[in-house]
Amino acid sequence: MTRPNSPKRLATSVVGLIVTAVLIGAACGNDDGIGFDAVTSSGEPIEYPAAAPADAPADPGAAPTDAPADPGELPTDPSGITLLTHDSFALSEGTLAAFTSQTGIEVTLLAAGDTGQMVSEAILTAGSPLGDVMFGVDNTFLARALNAELFEPYESPNLADVPDQFKLDPQHRATPIDYGDVCINYWTDALPADPPTVLEDLTDPKFADQLVVPSPETSSPGLAFLLATIAGTDDWEQFWADLADNGVAVTAGWNDAYYGEFISGGGDRSMVVSYASSPPAEVIYASPPIDTAPTEVLVDSCFRQIEFAGVLAGTDHPAEARALIDFMLTPAFQNDVPLNMFVFPVAESATLPQAFVDHAQIADDPLFIDPADIEAHRDEWTDRWVEIVLG
Amino acid sequence: MDGPVGRDSPRIARFAGRWAAVGVPAAFLGVFFVYPAGAILWRGLGSEGFGPISELFSSPRTRGIMWFTVWQALASTAITLVVALPAAAVVTRLRGRRRHFLRGLVTVPFVLPTVVVAGAFEGVFDRFGLEDGGFRLRHTVWAILAAHVFFNYAVVVRIVGSFWSGLDHRVEEQARVLGAGPIRTFWAVTLPRLRPAIASACAIVFLFSFTSFGVILLLGGPRRATLETEIYRQAVTRGDLRSAAGLALVQLLAVLALIAVATRLERRRPAPTGVAHRPPEPLRRGFVLVNLAVMAALLGSPIAVLVERSLSVGDGYGLDHYRALTERVPHLPASAAAALGNSLLFAAVATTLALVVGTLAALVVVHGRSGLRRVFDLGLTLPLGTSAVTIGFGILIALDEPPLDLRTSWWIVPIAHALVGTPFVVRTMVPVLRRIDPQIREAAAVLGASPGRVRRLVDLPIAGRGMLIGAGFAFAVSLGEFGATSFLPRRPETLTAPLALYRLLSTPGELLRGQAMALAVVLMLVVALAVVAIEASRGSRQGAEVVWESL
Repeated sequence: MTRPNSPKRLATSVVGLIVTAVLIGAACGNDDGIGFDAVTSSGEPIEYPAAAPADAPADPGAAPTDAPADPGELPTDPSGITLLTHDSFALSEGTLAAFTSQTGIEVTLLAAGDTGQMVSEAILTAGSPLGDVMFGVDNTFLARALNAELFEPYESPNLADVPDQFKLDPQHRATPIDYGDVCINYWTDALPADPPTVLEDLTDPKFADQLVVPSPETSSPGLAFLLATIAGTDDWEQFWADLADNGVAVTAGWNDAYYGEFISGGGDRSMVVSYASSPPAEVIYASPPIDTAPTEVLVDSCFRQIEFAGVLAGTDHPAEARALIDFMLTPAFQNDVPLNMFVFPVAESATLPQAFVDHAQIADDPLFIDPADIEAHRDEWTDRWVEIVLG
Repeated sequence: MDGPVGRDSPRIARFAGRWAAVGVPAAFLGVFFVYPAGAILWRGLGSEGFGPISELFSSPRTRGIMWFTVWQALASTAITLVVALPAAAVVTRLRGRRRHFLRGLVTVPFVLPTVVVAGAFEGVFDRFGLEDGGFRLRHTVWAILAAHVFFNYAVVVRIVGSFWSGLDHRVEEQARVLGAGPIRTFWAVTLPRLRPAIASACAIVFLFSFTSFGVILLLGGPRRATLETEIYRQAVTRGDLRSAAGLALVQLLAVLALIAVATRLERRRPAPTGVAHRPPEPLRRGFVLVNLAVMAALLGSPIAVLVERSLSVGDGYGLDHYRALTERVPHLPASAAAALGNSLLFAAVATTLALVVGTLAALVVVHGRSGLRRVFDLGLTLPLGTSAVTIGFGILIALDEPPLDLRTSWWIVPIAHALVGTPFVVRTMVPVLRRIDPQIREAAAVLGASPGRVRRLVDLPIAGRGMLIGAGFAFAVSLGEFGATSFLPRRPETLTAPLALYRLLSTPGELLRGQAMALAVVLMLVVALAVVAIEASRGSRQGAEVVWESL
């Protein structure tokens, strides 16, 4: 402290330490070309090379909707925009590049945790938004996002390709992009009896100690399944009391339910709350490869989660943001969604990958609750659930 | 540091040096912790002040949560200390490579994401029939305590061990010569002298257990809640910022009180001693073997489960999951290997930041003015006991305008990691620096050594060890950090290894699960190697020397 401080030496030594540490890192098997190049550009948007080919299959029949609906609205020199998403967002490599080459708009991605974290963060930063478009708010969080006035209204012309059941916001602040059903999955070979066909079967003693559910307090599919029982049984409180008597196991998250208690991860329970897309995932990521999914879904238990995108209020680039919303409803984006995010496209013209056609069951008449009701009663419902099930 | 030492330096330079020592840590803490945490608490509580807090205290549920949070953290700390202190004695007796190897090895659990550890623990419970029945561990408080001991073992072994090996062992020898048995010598002579390092280590273990999140939810089961999980539930699941901020304030105050007690214990009886001249009396063979056995059982069995799972391919065993690490899984923005590269880079930057800030701060804590000491001592440990929600949300709303528009910058992730790593550097260095006998320093000065030479010849050989132990911790903490990282908006391709692992485990499929296990094993290897390299390599010792001298 009493020695003359030499900033130059300090700087050299700090750089030296960083270099040492990076070298240690490099020596530890990082040969993927990850270095400063990948990260020091953090101040700039990620540039997607315009020439990169889109590897998402384009559906020739839907060519007219492929281009943004109203290019006339775009400024002649469009700016780059930022797309705020949850951590589960993923696309094939060329998909956003196709958008950039069509429109000249570069898209920077920003991942902000799970859906709950992302929505909370968007609400906290309202007025000084983290991005221009937000993707991934679902119907269980939709009302919270709308009440906080996160989005600007925009009715994409491409919504013509989307069935009405997905359009939950008449003011078009939130645009439906994909959906996924949360359903009871069962390991076909391990069921102690014939597969259940309706929700009430789960309380049958022949399925005692077979079901594991994630808590609706801490898990998004857990909440969806609680909502399924509220929408799908006559008396959900009695239903859960019966389930508890029948030995239902509760975990904190989906992960420890599926990989901890369910057969798939080595547990001993044959029924679990998961997704309609879980059976195709079991096939796609099987080791060794298999032809038929080991799991099936109880279609009567499926609760529909729809994911929305919206233009964030306060954006400086509304025209570009709208163009991106339009693009999300084109086949280039919609066809790319299933294998990357394990959800289903909302556009009628989208085509499903073969594994989804073969191994996924989509409920014709899924369970559903109005987002405003969910927001209004969520805390009351989960509190009541805790009393009944965890007591 | 006043007195004869500094008399011949130019006054201006002295002034500047002191301001840098105080200013750098103060600015770091102020900008990246105090301001953001204050901003989010203000947003949540606003003019209501302590109103919501009295409401919280009147709810039996919240009172129960507070009580459980405190007692499980105290119990975790006590058990960790009892289990790990004998191991620290063993590590102290080892020399050279063996010691570095063992110290690296015990650090491994530190970086393991809780989702993996929870799975491994359940695997162990399963194997030993503790899943159900009378000895059921699943979803009990015992599972929580066991996991906390697993994670924090390294804290006690490393901090106490490194301090211990620097003690002057002749005092023990004298006690033995005077007829005291080994146990009595330990209780009456060694233990009191170890107290500063034990207080330091216990403070860290307590804070980690106090704010642990994944362990509580995954191993404790859905019924358990602590302040940390409750803050998350209120802020994120329920969107109730007011309640969350109230709880966050309670958490901050509780942590502040604890650190005040710990630093007092750490300061009591500064007991300056000489430097160790030769190795201490060897331990009985049986004692060493029992300790190695405990270590192997406690740390080894969950790790063995992970290794076994990572190698299991179909019905046999193979390296397929390891080979897959370099290929990108479609629903991940980067390959697991690339994520590991990101993590290493973040960890390198975070460690450097933590080392500079922590070393300066430790000097102020030991040699600074008394008021300043307190503030630095408390302030720089605080981030360790603060909820990821407070730090994450705080940064988001506070650092949103130039020149501090950092909320989406690449730097914010290593900065957040450095906030958690700095307390380790401070807490490992302070007891070591405090032990240095001022007479040695004065003698050197009287003999004509410049302050720089005193620092290099007297302080560095003694404090350097603590510095590198702290750096090893900072590196490991950064590699394993999950909570705060997940709250910071980041470019998807800068995915860290723990986030990648979590994403791999969020979709069903054997291949994904196998790859996640392989990634966990590689992460363990990397941290063990990195910690050994940081603590043992000549390069890092020279690097530390350069940082030390320029400060």
